[in-house]
Amino acid sequence: MQSTLHRLLYDTGTLVDGWRAAAHAGWGWPSFAVDALFQLGWAVAAALFLALNALFIIWFERKVAARMQLRRGPNRVGPFGLLQTLADTGKLLIKEDIIPSAADRAVFRAAPFVVLAATFLLFVVLPFGRGLVAADLNVGVVYFLAVGGISVVGILAGGWASNNKYSLMGGMRSAAQIVSYEVPAVLAVLSVALLAGSLRMGDIVRAQPSYGYILLQPVGFLLFLVASNAEINRGPFDLPESDSELVSGFVTEYSAMRFAFFFLAEYTNLFLAAAFATTLFLGGWRGPLLPPVAWFLIKSYLVVFVLIWIRWTYPRLRVDHLMELSWKVLLPLALLNLLVTAVLVKVL
Amino acid sequence: MSEAPAPDLSTSDEFLLNVGPQHPATHGVLRVVVTMDGEVVKDLQPHIGYVHRGLEKLFENRLYEQIIPYTDRTDYLSAIANNWAYVSAVERLLGLEIPKKVEYIRVLMAELNRINSHLLWLAAYGLDMGAFTPFLYAFRDREEITVMVEEASGGRLTTNYFRIGGFTRDLPASFFPHLQKFLRRFGRAVDELDTLLVENAIFVARTRGVGVISRERAISYGMTGPCLRASDAPLDVRREMPYSIYPSLDFEIPAGRNGDTWDRSWVRIEEMRQSLRILRQAAEGFPEGEHRVRVPRNLEPPAGEVYSAVEGPRGEVGFWVVSEGGRKPYRVKMRKPSFSNFSALPEILRGLKIADLVAVMGSLDLVVPEIDR
Repeated sequence: MQSTLHRLLYDTGTLVDGWRAAAHAGWGWPSFAVDALFQLGWAVAAALFLALNALFIIWFERKVAARMQLRRGPNRVGPFGLLQTLADTGKLLIKEDIIPSAADRAVFRAAPFVVLAATFLLFVVLPFGRGLVAADLNVGVVYFLAVGGISVVGILAGGWASNNKYSLMGGMRSAAQIVSYEVPAVLAVLSVALLAGSLRMGDIVRAQPSYGYILLQPVGFLLFLVASNAEINRGPFDLPESDSELVSGFVTEYSAMRFAFFFLAEYTNLFLAAAFATTLFLGGWRGPLLPPVAWFLIKSYLVVFVLIWIRWTYPRLRVDHLMELSWKVLLPLALLNLLVTAVLVKVL
Repeated sequence: MSEAPAPDLSTSDEFLLNVGPQHPATHGVLRVVVTMDGEVVKDLQPHIGYVHRGLEKLFENRLYEQIIPYTDRTDYLSAIANNWAYVSAVERLLGLEIPKKVEYIRVLMAELNRINSHLLWLAAYGLDMGAFTPFLYAFRDREEITVMVEEASGGRLTTNYFRIGGFTRDLPASFFPHLQKFLRRFGRAVDELDTLLVENAIFVARTRGVGVISRERAISYGMTGPCLRASDAPLDVRREMPYSIYPSLDFEIPAGRNGDTWDRSWVRIEEMRQSLRILRQAAEGFPEGEHRVRVPRNLEPPAGEVYSAVEGPRGEVGFWVVSEGGRKPYRVKMRKPSFSNFSALPEILRGLKIADLVAVMGSLDLVVPEIDR
């Protein structure tokens, strides 16, 4: 008999399903109440992970960037400066929440939450380990692509409601950018779905050979990485908040916790882009010896590292080059990749 | 300066965008009012004078030797070039014969200053283009120069180093070992910065063919320095109006072909390499001798006027000094490259995108106190 801890690490899904079945049978609650409780449990776990993960990734990026730039990075608050982000959050919490007098107050207030909620929703279909997923929807891939696009509403709303020309231009750029890069991302993911024969995240992970789809879909992986890097508005695609032109783009007028929410969403999106790249192309949670969760996190943070590396190496693209890259380079490449994949899947 | 005409909002999609005086792209207190149509720049109205200090008027009430530290402040990135231009003007008024060693030290310092300034330009330009890493790489190399300059003069930025007739002190013993170390290492560092930023595909796409100014227009705007040389006009004060020991040194004047933003960047990178060549030659032929000529305690140049110019990092730095006898100049007029280079900005930018505004403005390498004085 394996210990509960061992099962929690290696086979969380079955363990929790067992608990749920026991609760249904033994507690005498209405079944919807039991389900609601368990889903709430997943949500709390995801929220906790989201917060801790963002704290870690912000520290990680600052540290990695510092090392690339002959600096030391945060090293005063806590061991290796690990608590620096926590201190920064504390500072942001006590800052005044300034709303410009000409702003559309309701929209201005709501925008950061829309962005954060859209990010949060993506955790629903993200498999952290074997069965460790809030809901392994049979249309998981479609859900991921669709919900991923919601955050643009928040960004556009924030840019519009600030009633500031820089913010508005930042918001507009962001809308154009996310919509353009959604297309090659979708096509790249479709090739994977074709190979796996399923749109369910769990199935895609299980269908992958031990080396992952990255070797079968190298072009698809690169397309997905570039497109999702652009979708999360990070360098060299950070045009919506390009500080040298648009001051801070759509976040120019935001301060205190509302700014922090945008920031939190941005870093969570960074993790999510890496996590979905891991799930779709790098074999997700699978790997020898270590628990699935550990493998999943190791691979994801590796991709995060690559994205950080890219950001701190390249200068920023110009807005029209950005569109050209998407429509003239990535899209034809993605279509070709999809075509070749479809033919090969049919033939082989 | 007249205000830009406000667009008629009822009939057009144009709007005014106020860039500066507090904006990350203006590198100082500079204000540009841009008439925009979407992301396209329709027209541009520069507003200057936010850091005007009336220096030229101030000079009229200062002794000749008291003016030197003020020249540092006109362009904090090329204090040495400004020192030199002013000091040489007064020396010519006085008719002084400058010792060989003084000229060598001046060339060494001026070329170090040129590299220093170009490095800072590269750092700031990288930031403009959204690349933060080259900034810190450039600062690493810049620090070595700053340390050398500090050893010699005591100052890191506003050095106040040159004196009329030479220097207060000789170069310290530690200067040449540091210089040799720098010369050995810096060639690789320039290549690194070149590949990291200037040869980068994204950078090239953003700068090549953008912000073109023809040779004729550049000359008629009075542009000088790398901004002029990028437009296929290899004109350099060091060659056209030779001064000091430059005629005896072997170096090239790099010139771009298209006069676009990339050429302006490339010219500066290439100039750093050429400065390195000059530094090597000057260190090799460094003579023994006096580090100053004796000048009277009370400087009273005879009546007359002199225009003296040197090639600063941004172009021709010239001082026109008028003496009517006495211990104070009658008039000092500064000819500063940033002012002329900046005046071409509206013409270069019309029809480009807002992102190009940053790329083009950065490539002109403006120093605002130099424009406003």
